[in-house]
Amino acid sequence: MSGVATHCPYCALQCGMTLREVAQARTNGAVRASVTTPDTSTRPDRSRLGPSVEIQPRPSGSNRGGLCRKGWTAAELLTTPDRLTTPLIRSRRTDSLQPTTWDAALSFVATRLRTLQSEHGRDAVAVLGGGGLTNEKAYALGKFARVVLRTKNIDYNGRFCMSSAAAAGIKAFGLDRGLPFPLSDIADADAILLVGANVAETMPPFGQYLTAQRERGGALVVVDPRATETARQARLHLQVTPGTDLALALGLLHIVIMEGYVDQAYVARRTTGFDAIRPTVASYWPERVERITGVSVAQQREAVRLLAEADRALILTARGAEQHAKGVDTVSAFINLALALGLPGTPGRGYGCLTGQGNGQGGREHGQKADQLPGYRMIDDPAARAHVAAVWRVDPATIPGKGPSAYELMDSLGAPDGPKALLVFGTNPVVSAPAAGRVEGRLRSLDLLVVSDLVLSETAALADVVLPTAQWAEEDGTMTNLEGRVIRRRRLRMPPQDVRTDLEILAGLAARLGAPGAISADPEATFAELARASAGGAADYGGISYSRLDAEDGIFWPCPTPRHPGTPRMFLDRFATPDGRARFVPVEFRPVVEDVDADYPVYLTTGRMLAHYQSGAQTRRIKALAEAAPQAYVELHPDLAEQYGIGEGDLVRVTSRRGTVTAPARLTETIRTDTVFLPFHWGGRGRANSLTNPALDPTSRMPEFKVCAVRLERVVADPAAGTRHEELEVTA
Amino acid sequence: MSVVVVGNGMAGARFAVELRAREPRRPLVVFGAEPGRAYNRILLSNLLAGKADEQDLLLPEPQGAFDLRTGVEVVAVDPVAKTVVASDGSRTRFDVLVLATGSRAVVPPIEGLWKDRSIDSLVDGAETFRTLADCRRILAAAERARRAVVVGGGLLGIEAARGLAKRGLEVEVVHARSHLMERQIDVEASRILVETLAGLGVRVRLDAVTSEVVGTRRVEGIRLEDGTEIPADLLVIACGVRPNPDLAAAAGLTVNRGIVVDDEMRTSDPDIFAIGDCAEHRGTVYGLVAPAWEQARVAAEVISGVQGARYEGSRLVTRLKAPGVELATMGDPSLVGDATDSRTEVVTFADPARRTYQKVMIRDRRLVAAILLGDVPMVGALTQIFDRQVPVPSDPRRLLFGHSMTGDRNEAAVDAMPAAMTLCRCNGVTAGAIARAWLAGARTAQEVAARTHASTGCGSCRDLIEGYLDALAADPNPAEEPVTEGVVA
Repeated sequence: MSGVATHCPYCALQCGMTLREVAQARTNGAVRASVTTPDTSTRPDRSRLGPSVEIQPRPSGSNRGGLCRKGWTAAELLTTPDRLTTPLIRSRRTDSLQPTTWDAALSFVATRLRTLQSEHGRDAVAVLGGGGLTNEKAYALGKFARVVLRTKNIDYNGRFCMSSAAAAGIKAFGLDRGLPFPLSDIADADAILLVGANVAETMPPFGQYLTAQRERGGALVVVDPRATETARQARLHLQVTPGTDLALALGLLHIVIMEGYVDQAYVARRTTGFDAIRPTVASYWPERVERITGVSVAQQREAVRLLAEADRALILTARGAEQHAKGVDTVSAFINLALALGLPGTPGRGYGCLTGQGNGQGGREHGQKADQLPGYRMIDDPAARAHVAAVWRVDPATIPGKGPSAYELMDSLGAPDGPKALLVFGTNPVVSAPAAGRVEGRLRSLDLLVVSDLVLSETAALADVVLPTAQWAEEDGTMTNLEGRVIRRRRLRMPPQDVRTDLEILAGLAARLGAPGAISADPEATFAELARASAGGAADYGGISYSRLDAEDGIFWPCPTPRHPGTPRMFLDRFATPDGRARFVPVEFRPVVEDVDADYPVYLTTGRMLAHYQSGAQTRRIKALAEAAPQAYVELHPDLAEQYGIGEGDLVRVTSRRGTVTAPARLTETIRTDTVFLPFHWGGRGRANSLTNPALDPTSRMPEFKVCAVRLERVVADPAAGTRHEELEVTA
Repeated sequence: MSVVVVGNGMAGARFAVELRAREPRRPLVVFGAEPGRAYNRILLSNLLAGKADEQDLLLPEPQGAFDLRTGVEVVAVDPVAKTVVASDGSRTRFDVLVLATGSRAVVPPIEGLWKDRSIDSLVDGAETFRTLADCRRILAAAERARRAVVVGGGLLGIEAARGLAKRGLEVEVVHARSHLMERQIDVEASRILVETLAGLGVRVRLDAVTSEVVGTRRVEGIRLEDGTEIPADLLVIACGVRPNPDLAAAAGLTVNRGIVVDDEMRTSDPDIFAIGDCAEHRGTVYGLVAPAWEQARVAAEVISGVQGARYEGSRLVTRLKAPGVELATMGDPSLVGDATDSRTEVVTFADPARRTYQKVMIRDRRLVAAILLGDVPMVGALTQIFDRQVPVPSDPRRLLFGHSMTGDRNEAAVDAMPAAMTLCRCNGVTAGAIARAWLAGARTAQEVAARTHASTGCGSCRDLIEGYLDALAADPNPAEEPVTEGVVA
């Protein structure tokens, strides 16, 4: 059997892999799936989920044949013992979820949605999508909300990931594609400034490009409050104070100007607005920036020297810089720096944003965002509405307007004027939303919560109806990776009986809601419609088809016609602004929304671990990954730990104005002495997002995930109260 | 409710921006005695060094239209009639007045320095270093000059000297005291600073009191009290600044060294505020930009009605802005001398050969003062520890040296790796697991990868694994512990 060529289900690198079914777990040989798969004898019901699947890496576009342990073990989830294999329903919240039939489940949901909409209006139903959904699903979800439900209330978890970089990219370049150049440029760069990215944990095979870059003699500068595994590979690590990246960017640009490093010819020819930003930048001299950021003047100067004297320089940002209530301005400041150095739109140089979720790029282009229609069209643009309405064969006037952003939407659930029902696809907000305790309360206040998921995630556990959905190896579709490269996800086998794809679920609901045929259950047909809907838009997929994707190693958008080769490098001739020039955007530093004070004297920042993906609903169920990283922990510096009498492994209670987390301490000198770090992959008492601040960026509505103020206490072991490590949430 | 600001310097211009950010339509008049737009005085030394041009010094302007009157000096304030009288004869009414009259250069009584004392005019070739106009004149003179003497070895004098040296002049700093920057640093730091400056082409002469300017029509040099003559064709006077409270004093406001203000930045007249170098808050005149900007923000908040806006003083951090010289000082200058009180712990590290000197003073586990000279990677962290007054580590050496960020990387020798040591992070593969693969027949990195997935992620461990395989070939069981578990992750 030759196997099926597809890509990893997890991050935006979308590593190529080949899947094969194996009749039985082998005990030796090349593939060690057997080692990582739980013993079948204790799990008698696994066989109905189908034979085990083995994975081999496959060089494809982005991964050069690499896989991390998440990729190697991804197939284990196909046969995870607690996989959902039948719809679940309960008529009262106090009841437990009971198995039911698809027809009963979908009919119940449709009836309830109709009732709630007739009682409270169309906007009484809300939809929440995810950046891991295929392009087809993201598109169908947006269409389902606008055409079938006709609600304005749809947004997605990418609001928590990509929205700040997207907004800043649009401001500067007129268009947002995470990386406007192929990954191979990273290996060829002479200098890279990597801001708030820990790729060694979040997308390990990306490290191949950094290794190649280093071996060529290139310099890597990493900005991070922690000396992460990525930072420790850097020539220079700027250990910035959480929430001050914006001041650092302004300071670096100040030095660029003072040292005469501005690419004057480029600025004159390809940009507008430079003179307008100079007075702001003049106020960020290095000594002032040192006091704000904690990054020494000497290090600031060295960072600028490395970047400015490099022939090919890249500036890359990620969530560390973006997940702030000033995330857009922070990215704008780094783009300003890139523009002053003449980087964007020049071969081998540029600015880019590292997308996180598997389809974080495509997921933000095809209409599951509150303010957008497919093709990265804006929903308040009459021409965009007319174009999409024609594809959808509806009256443009029936397409609802702009809805609230993800956090605002969730915070309005169950409120007197808020939605009464929520449909959730591909996201787990009980773990991943900011101020998650509050969000959990809002979800509980709904009249109807419907969740489509593979397993009973923390969010699904609260639902009235749970719809078991197919996994990546059981469906066809397309993803758009961090480079803007559209790639094929291919089906290895059918889902287990009584498990449906999200497209089938949406099509089934549409039929029951009086709109049969509005949603196709067929991915290829959906993609063809998506391509037509996106045609002429910023993210133009008009010339892309499954047959082309099968023949080529992915296609970079924009690709407007079937003969168009796609666009690996953007902006070489002009930017997507009306005058073709990139725009400098004036920005000022402002402090974090919640600064440390006497009551909450320590910064909290959050992030990822190599072994887990997002809310952990998938990776926590994979044995090798759960063993490698079984529970949340509080990372802190020995100097800080000393103040509280905290030793390695002690239980620590971390409290913010929004909640409390209890987790064991992990002491390391790689973190700043004023900051603690929590990984965010767990629910329960280790849920990092119980603490985080939902203050939003005024433009992108991105929450301030990456910094808030907390206090620490050592939990004194009290056997009577039963406070033991084992009681901490270990899995779901 | 119109607001009139006297002074368009660092404090006044900042106040105007802060006010308009809160109240975009509030009528606003700003008087600036100097001609031209507000500029960033902090960057004058960059202009002197040729690193910046005047365009680079411009400060942001407030939002919206406002009445900016530059080159016009306010000569009188009438708090009763609520008007200011300007040098152009105009009278302007105010509801709220903000005095940001700044400070002026101190000019010591040196024989022959004045051309015409009555109009504050120095002899040709002698300049103070305070304003953009001063800076332009110094630059013009530097074009023709070869040798410059800077009188005054404080922050400003050293920055000016460094700038002129960068332009290729021979520069000597003449300082009346026994060490440089005596209000901020100690003798030991000064000694190292003198060395550092020498390396940058700036000579320093200490204990040297300038008594006379030598020259007939223009500066040809200076004579010291001990009779020594130093030839120079450019003389820069950088002997510090003194607050400029004259307008306020003449208007009958309470004035001590500066214009006395309360925590809302109000003077003794509640409708008149004072901010920046001219203001004296709780007995302190700061003369630094960070406090001035904080005061500007508080005054703007108070005037626009923000409840509870208060200025409670600033923590003193000074940072020399002279490329090639890294010097930061923090805290009470009087402490940073000979600390005699037993409550204060003083920790010093001096490495004159590397021109590095660090001194921290700790009281009650708080950092109360510091001198950091030279290559001190901890300078940013220490500044923040000082600013926030968080407890310092019990071992103060950590304050001086931090810690090695790379110390805990995998650095065991390949022939002595513990079995539990992770060699491939991406796939969580330990030395033990690789040894097991070796025992099972894997001989190359590729064969090991096929069995363990090691090196299939970022690939950066491949060299390490190849080295380990070589060690295994030499000794099939090199792991420190018996290879029993070590399951493939």
